[in-house]
Amino acid sequence: MSSQMILNGGIAGRFWRGVGLVVLLLAAVVALGPLLWTFTTSLRTPAEAFTNPPKWLPTNPDFGNYSAVFQQVPIGTFLINSTIVTVLIVIGQTITCTLSGYAFAMIRFPGRNAIFGVFLATMMVPLQTIIIPVFVIVKSLGLTDSLGALVIPALGSAFGTFLMRQYFMQMPLELGEAARIDGASQFQIFAMVYARMAAPAVATLAILNFSAFWAEFYRPLIFLQSQDTFTLPLGLVGLQGNLGTGSISVVLAGVVLAMVPSVLLFVFAQRYFIEGVTAGSFR
Amino acid sequence: MSTLAPPRSGNARPLRTDPGGRPRRGTRRLARREAGFGFLIISPAVLFVAVFTLAPMIASVALSFFSWDVITPPRFVGLDNFERIVRDDAVVSSFGTTLLLAFGIVVVQLVVGLGLAVLVNQRRRPAAKTFFRTTFYLPLLASTAAVSIFMGYMFDMKFGVINYYLNAVGLPSVPWLTSTWGAIVTIILIAAWQQVGFTFVMFVAALTSLPTDVLEAAAMDGAGPVRTLFGVKIPLISPTILFATVVAMINALQLFDQPFIMTKGGPGTATTTATIVMYQTGFQNLQFGYASAIASVLLVIILAITGLQFLAARKWAFYR
Repeated sequence: MSSQMILNGGIAGRFWRGVGLVVLLLAAVVALGPLLWTFTTSLRTPAEAFTNPPKWLPTNPDFGNYSAVFQQVPIGTFLINSTIVTVLIVIGQTITCTLSGYAFAMIRFPGRNAIFGVFLATMMVPLQTIIIPVFVIVKSLGLTDSLGALVIPALGSAFGTFLMRQYFMQMPLELGEAARIDGASQFQIFAMVYARMAAPAVATLAILNFSAFWAEFYRPLIFLQSQDTFTLPLGLVGLQGNLGTGSISVVLAGVVLAMVPSVLLFVFAQRYFIEGVTAGSFR
Repeated sequence: MSTLAPPRSGNARPLRTDPGGRPRRGTRRLARREAGFGFLIISPAVLFVAVFTLAPMIASVALSFFSWDVITPPRFVGLDNFERIVRDDAVVSSFGTTLLLAFGIVVVQLVVGLGLAVLVNQRRRPAAKTFFRTTFYLPLLASTAAVSIFMGYMFDMKFGVINYYLNAVGLPSVPWLTSTWGAIVTIILIAAWQQVGFTFVMFVAALTSLPTDVLEAAAMDGAGPVRTLFGVKIPLISPTILFATVVAMINALQLFDQPFIMTKGGPGTATTTATIVMYQTGFQNLQFGYASAIASVLLVIILAITGLQFLAARKWAFYR
């Protein structure tokens, strides 16, 4: 059996491609099944939510759970908190990382490589292994149990700096030189020439940060105590605990609501999500 | 594929000289001004990274040698915390659990991710590729907390939809989250289910960017699809496989959300990971020194496993 035969669509080749398709479709069912179950169960009445068989098609949808979730818990507050935290971190990191990434790529200053080396070293250290000192610092700044506890420590990022630096590194130096001859200041060269060209990298960084901080559970669990400061993931887990198994459809309505912004963003900016996954690899 | 270029060495940049060839003093002044601007614009990132990453890194290691209950001042205890870890069965077994779960998650994530990537790569129609790529990425859009919630319901022993379908085809109910091995396997599957999209997307990108001349040459030499896959394609994407393995492993070794939410580390301590023990020690029992020592050990384990992967990769990873 030669590969030429397969390329030409020989019988064996066609058979194996068919098998491949079946495997892919099965995998798609496994990937989508739980999400579909979550969505359709959120549209069943609380009374029948946990009765089997599940309903895979919402033929008789009951949207009551979506209003119930707002009445039974302050999910509106969770939504607002998550939005504030995520938006502030995304904006903050975009500013700090674009500036520092640009400096490490384009500007000469003493100690540049040493400082960048320290940044690279901190990138290797997982958050969970340093959470105790971070907690102590956050506490000493009086930030515990406030959204600032989540936002302020996340305003700078070694990874974000690295990502932006890699992007600026591939830009031609000549553009800046030309602008300099025309009398542009250092900041103008950055803002008017290079920062504008960095839009795709900024989008990738923003999407990565949105995904990470919108979904974050660990730091909220540690830094937040009162319900009115909870973000969505923490609030939903609390909601699951409070309501027990009685009205899982209400909990699932909350889960679906929490996913809506991510899905919407994915629909419009899928490219940058994919970019974000491959961003770290140096290839 | 990626818009992010490979890193260029900082030293490769040509020295900036004034185009007009002005006197040296002017160049030096310009250089000083440029350096000042550099320091100014790195300062926000440096400040935040120094205060919230670098300082905690050092403090975490330092705290490992202290006993601290947060209320009274820390007391230096030398290596006591580390001696205690070695004798503390709960902590030692949590490291074992962490390694077991992480290994399981990474293996499933790599094998399934690679398999699906190869199959999707064979599809000819772009619409099919887009459909599968979107589908396998979707679980990543949910938070781990949300996944833990709905999977907890689905894998419920009595009411869960999984056992319902098992019963429907005549199989007995499985204690997914309420037996030792059930909980271990279920958490591996649930974590891998969500994370497969990550390795999958990386592998698809790598496979798509393979040079066609090499594949054509393999076909000319009479290599079948299986030989082409194992003899050409996989060796060529081995750097990506290494990178995906390292990243997936670092994440899996910090596993917290799924066992914390679905099993509370149980049944018993079956799914109590190192990060859960750290959380309990630090934030429930307020033993900050001891918890820091556990964190330091975890960090050393993570760095050691990462290093081992790079060492092992010298044997099998193939760099063009």
